[in-house]
Amino acid sequence: MSTAYKTVTDISGPILLVEQVENVSYDELCEVELISGEKRLGKVLEAREGMAVVQLFESTQGITTEGTKVRFLGRTFELGVSEDMLGRVFSGSGKPIDDGPEIVAEKKLDINGTPINPFAREFPEDFIQTGISTIDVLNTLVRGQKLPIFSGAGLPHSQLAAKIARQARVLTKEEVETGKAAEASEAGTDDKFAVVFAAMGVTFEEAQYFKTEFEKTGALSRAVLFLNTADNPVVERIATPRLALTAAEYLAFEKGYHVTVIITDMTNYCEALREVSAARKEVPGRRGYPGYLYTDLATLYERAGRIKGKEGSITQIPILTMPEDDVTHPIPDLTGYITEGQIRLDRGLHQKGTFPPVIPMGSLSRLKGKAQGEGVTREDHSGMDAQLTAAYARGVEVRELAVILGESSLNDTDKAYLTFADRFEKEFIAQGEEENRSIFESLTIGWNLLSELPKSELKRVKQEHIDAYLPAKKSE
Amino acid sequence: MSSQPIITKVAGPLVVAKGMKNAKMYEVVRVSKEKLIGEVIELHGETASIQVYEETSGIGPGEPVELTGQTLSVDLGPGLLTSFYDGIQRPLELIEKVAESAFISRGIEVPGLDREKKWDFKAVAQEGDQVIAGDILGTVQETTLIDHKVMLPPHITGGKIKKIQSGSFNIEQTVAVIETEDGDKEVCMLQKWPIRIPRPSKAKKFPNEPLQTGTRILDTLFPIARGGAGAIPGPFGSGKTVTQQSLAKYCAAQVIVYIGCGERGNEMTEVLKEFPTLIDPNSGEPLMKRTVLIANTSNMPVAAREASVYTGITIAEYYRDMGYDVALMADSTSRWAEAMREMSGRLEEMPGEEGYPAYLGSRTAGFYERTGIVSCLGKEDRTGSLTAIGAVSPPGGDFSEPVTQNTLRVTKVFWALDAKLAYKRHFPAINWLQSYSLYLDNLDKYYATEVAEDFCEKRDKIQAILQEESKLEEIVRLVGTDALSPREQLTMEIARMAREDFLYQNAFDKVDAYTSLKKQYKLLDVMIHFMEEAEKVIGQEDFEFSRVRDLPVKDEIAKASFIPEDEVEEKYAVLKETISNQIGALKTQNTSVKKEEVQI
Repeated sequence: MSTAYKTVTDISGPILLVEQVENVSYDELCEVELISGEKRLGKVLEAREGMAVVQLFESTQGITTEGTKVRFLGRTFELGVSEDMLGRVFSGSGKPIDDGPEIVAEKKLDINGTPINPFAREFPEDFIQTGISTIDVLNTLVRGQKLPIFSGAGLPHSQLAAKIARQARVLTKEEVETGKAAEASEAGTDDKFAVVFAAMGVTFEEAQYFKTEFEKTGALSRAVLFLNTADNPVVERIATPRLALTAAEYLAFEKGYHVTVIITDMTNYCEALREVSAARKEVPGRRGYPGYLYTDLATLYERAGRIKGKEGSITQIPILTMPEDDVTHPIPDLTGYITEGQIRLDRGLHQKGTFPPVIPMGSLSRLKGKAQGEGVTREDHSGMDAQLTAAYARGVEVRELAVILGESSLNDTDKAYLTFADRFEKEFIAQGEEENRSIFESLTIGWNLLSELPKSELKRVKQEHIDAYLPAKKSE
Repeated sequence: MSSQPIITKVAGPLVVAKGMKNAKMYEVVRVSKEKLIGEVIELHGETASIQVYEETSGIGPGEPVELTGQTLSVDLGPGLLTSFYDGIQRPLELIEKVAESAFISRGIEVPGLDREKKWDFKAVAQEGDQVIAGDILGTVQETTLIDHKVMLPPHITGGKIKKIQSGSFNIEQTVAVIETEDGDKEVCMLQKWPIRIPRPSKAKKFPNEPLQTGTRILDTLFPIARGGAGAIPGPFGSGKTVTQQSLAKYCAAQVIVYIGCGERGNEMTEVLKEFPTLIDPNSGEPLMKRTVLIANTSNMPVAAREASVYTGITIAEYYRDMGYDVALMADSTSRWAEAMREMSGRLEEMPGEEGYPAYLGSRTAGFYERTGIVSCLGKEDRTGSLTAIGAVSPPGGDFSEPVTQNTLRVTKVFWALDAKLAYKRHFPAINWLQSYSLYLDNLDKYYATEVAEDFCEKRDKIQAILQEESKLEEIVRLVGTDALSPREQLTMEIARMAREDFLYQNAFDKVDAYTSLKKQYKLLDVMIHFMEEAEKVIGQEDFEFSRVRDLPVKDEIAKASFIPEDEVEEKYAVLKETISNQIGALKTQNTSVKKEEVQI
């Protein structure tokens, strides 16, 4: 049994200073026992000769400098994993909170993980159909991608994430060959698919929304939930996503599941990180966030992807609310530099009642190149993507112009763009919360909208595709 | 007692050890029982601060530190090309084999170059020859594309070749013996070079040839010189990586060093997957055969990220010394700067701007100054060049931040990526108003003699039109298109043509992705021809500009960039004629033309 040190000298924020310690190592897990006998977990942030800086995963409330015992456990923070975790709900620090039995761990894994060797990665290129036109056609999601949702307070990011988790599936060979969506009943579902959900600092209602959503669709039995709600300890949030990703890695790379990881809300995570950094009096970077925020976020986001010779995959959909909808805020900014694109929600669209309010400008999927086109979806896919995005961007510009000059001063081409933009929002972006559009339906809507524009403007789609798919204008 | 080096503090990638009396600055050390690779970055008496290139969790005070006596160096020799390294030149493929896992575990020690593999060494120099440092002793066919020159290493100043033989050797076997003033020196194919010290050359030259990239906006408007340095700053999603990768694919360098510094794992996997399948148009061989890849992804240890750019540039310099044109892409240098910031913070140094260390500027300058076109060491007059293109990822796309600013101070080419263009799917999303190249004057002569005499004139014309457009757009925004005169409307039209049909380039189309300088010139010529012809008719009284705007030939111009190189000559001539004919048909009766003349 390891020694219990009673030498806590400083307590500040979530940080403890323990002196006269021996054989303590960096990142080691420790257990802090209060006078009351209550135990809390912490980890070593700095190990010096005879001194350790410890960060608790819970609040330091009630801890005393005298009488508190600290035991160093000789290991880093580990999560006991097993396939039995599916269908279970855990706290933000990995304890079951659903009245079920303790998990009998098949093995214990360090929650920090280790970086995937880029050489061992398999490049993700399997198209995932989410049933959402703006994602499938314009910002194609790929199995093994990390694609965050950039949202703002009060926008329906949870509904969107739940919709993706509910509807995501891959196309069958037959569908790709025939270009027709299979009937809902015979649509190919993966037998080995799982959802890992991590909530950090969200409200009880939001956490509950996901839980009931998973229950309703029967996905709960294939889901692992880690919940840290707003009333749970702030610093615990640093561990929560790591626990979730450790579970996901185990399921994906050892058990062959295709795992979708939803993490909400990354902004709360970063704030917890800032709190620890401030308590340690580190030199702050932008807006008080620590200078290593990029590296820290990368150690989470990079835990997605595929590995050569392994069945499973991890697709990550982190959600973050941009403070003041500001995309240049350090959190969305650094996230965007790490993730493979982003789905951006727009307040303007939301206020018009458009669901999902995904704005094509500012949204991007970096991996879409290989997941669009012949043999994967349909030959006209990538041209359609470029054409719709360019046309909508032009339409929005024209709309701004029309506000100043009046619609009557626009020329015919510009007027066509204006109508296009309006219809695009109503028919393409907007869809019902339950509506599950196949990629082929989405493309058809796209062609209908393009018929609004003069043919000479269709520069990004190929002539042969125009001939094959463009419907004749009603007026002609 | 104090002689044995022992760890006293561990905080992330920073380890402090005492008893380091014999340590040198930048010496490589082995940290803890796990033998993690570290580098001494600060010395206080017997205490040393060490940055560790691997994850330090589980390491604690009291564990040993081992000195190696060497500074952080890379292996140079045949076998570098086609390799895929991490930030400190460990082959990632070998790491996977040794670790027996897809994940990178710690304390793995693998050599940068294969020590066993035999190479066919062909002696070029002969016994009895007098040689000096840099002279080529022999060659090895490293890949089908590159003839590897085995040179007398810089630390042997010179002497007489006592023995040299052709044959099959591994890189550590002696291929030549040199008789020098300090006795006989054995030379093998392997050289080691410390990464933080630039490799020497005889002299730097003035860059006066462009490095062709096949990207129209770069070659025509903002060219980079062979041996130059360029920066690509841009917010995320504006296409930095796509531009870097497309440069790596098409630029006219013989050797490419591509550094993925703190970027996405999947991106490096893509390069790794794609390059072996891409064929070099000149030789018909896969591009991978001229490429060295270095990947230190964002989740790999931060200190190795700091080292990765130096590892890359040292390898690049080595091929430059052989007399090759080398291009180095670093994506992204901001991550390198952040790695410096992180280490500086852990060392509790006094921070400069935005928390970056005060030496950010000098380190950046020092890195880019290693580029250049040089006369290589040796008796023979060889010229090699090293061009570096660094991506910069400014937070929030704000170019006023320290990394962008420090980079711009030392690079002469600035390719500003613009998120707005990317939103409109205009690629490459390089802003033509913000970007610049300070090499234009140096390169004008080359363009005039090698491409066409009036190339620069035409280029300036197009650039002026694009500038003019931005002014006119302001007016249009306020009062509408109708307020513009036909001449101004023509300017807008030509600018639109230049943007959509010249600057826009489809990287995924086989023909459009690469455009030779000749074709770029011809394409410009077609557009200027259109403008000149149109100028003749728009002066007519009551001329409706829409008649020019609606000409059918415009669709043909839009498709002109997709015409294959070998048909360009002929088809562009036809196109020009069509333009003349169609615009000519717009001329009204002679009377009105005369009127115009009277006006003039």
